[in-house]
Amino acid sequence: MNDTMALGEEAPVVATDLTFSDTVQRRGGEDIRSCFYCQKCTAGCPTAYIMDVKPAQLLRMIQLGNREKVLSSRAIWMCIGCEACGTRCPNQIRLAPVMDALRQMALDEGYAPETAIYSLHRSFLDSIRLWGRMHEVTMLAEFKTRELLTEFPVFFQGLLGDMKLGADLFLSGKLAFIPDRIKRMEEIKALYREASSAPSQDPEVSE
Amino acid sequence: MSTVTRYTYYPGCTSETTAVEFGRSTEAVCEALDIELVELDDWNCCGASSAHTLDHELGLALPGRNVALAQEAGRDMVIPCPACYQHCRDADIRMREDESWREKMERILHFQYEGSARPRHLLEVLSNDLDEDKLKEMVTKPLKGLKVASYYGCVLVRPPELTGWDDPEHPMTMDRLMGLLGAEIIDWSYKVDCCGASMTLSRGDIVAELSTKIVEGAAEAGADCIVSACGMCEINLDTRQSLTAGEKMPVFYLTELMALAFDLPDVEKWLRRHSVDPRPLLRKRGLL
Repeated sequence: MNDTMALGEEAPVVATDLTFSDTVQRRGGEDIRSCFYCQKCTAGCPTAYIMDVKPAQLLRMIQLGNREKVLSSRAIWMCIGCEACGTRCPNQIRLAPVMDALRQMALDEGYAPETAIYSLHRSFLDSIRLWGRMHEVTMLAEFKTRELLTEFPVFFQGLLGDMKLGADLFLSGKLAFIPDRIKRMEEIKALYREASSAPSQDPEVSE
Repeated sequence: MSTVTRYTYYPGCTSETTAVEFGRSTEAVCEALDIELVELDDWNCCGASSAHTLDHELGLALPGRNVALAQEAGRDMVIPCPACYQHCRDADIRMREDESWREKMERILHFQYEGSARPRHLLEVLSNDLDEDKLKEMVTKPLKGLKVASYYGCVLVRPPELTGWDDPEHPMTMDRLMGLLGAEIIDWSYKVDCCGASMTLSRGDIVAELSTKIVEGAAEAGADCIVSACGMCEINLDTRQSLTAGEKMPVFYLTELMALAFDLPDVEKWLRRHSVDPRPLLRKRGLL
């Protein structure tokens, strides 16, 4: 199935969930209903070229309550959070926090994430939970293990290039092998426990 | 007569690793300018792109701890990394404006929010707090003939409601600074485009595409190097550019070029660590 829609093509209404736009609006903290589809966000988005649903189309789908299509889209995982859309929007809608909300809703509801992107962020957060800071070597070890377990062919595809980059960084003294652990880890643990809006386990994908 | 200005310093995780040249050159340049950086004790990672991507609240809580820790000294907190800067700003504003969030953070971290430690980016501090004459005085080796494209990237200038100290579409702070160092400023179209940031590990193909476009844009405008104020942008442009024609373009940290113009020691030690070696270009311009 080809998921890519051409620019200007109307988003098809498949199923309408009247509560969906309210939830996204609340969790993302942005006034999504004020979008009048000028498509400036799509035009300036650095990763729109690789998105199955473009940013403006995503907003329209949220307005129309198309929960399924929005939460299963690859697009929500392709947003880098560069804030170009929010800066240029004539209605001051910041899409970056909306994308954050959509990814969390997708994970909560069991939609499969974009594996490599999800694995990297999860490994990064695990690194902070362990050391209080990000430690590249152990973080990359976890990320690569996750890739090996979930995307066997992709693991080998990227391996040579990654190993070369890793070796270059090591030779120029840019990778520390011993992690630097902060003193009051109990505070970091408390933040993970009490100031978190998402489950810290991998999602159970219902597909 | 010189007076020392003191700030709290948040180095960020990459200042010891992938952006170690940025960390070392920041410290050297500040010392030369009588800016004392007092490292924040027991600072933690701001969560970078990962915390807010998977967990909105954790993305505000992690940098919030740093803002809380910085309160004790009660000084502005200087941050060289734009992502750390943006997240700390966001966390600070959220604690100031959202009462229930502030109370929650105060309860978890056992502190009272006062808002006495403003998170600020290094570039903004160097541009706004520093006497221009003092800076000019320090320039003993003007960067004559070096054609520099100043690259700001995303979160240093966006969103303007968080980081608005310069124009989000056409910032000039770094250009002006480069001008004061004697460099030739190149006007170009990609100064606020995104390099692909943290996707460099999960989707290297996207970062190669975006970074190459930026480097090609600088070359087209006639630049012979790019200057960056971000550890992530620098390493992406430096390691992921794949040009079809022409020589690879060196990418500097702004503090490396400042140290070069101030004729500080150790500059070559930092430059040696870059993926695209900038030394041949500097020798050609008579700057090394």
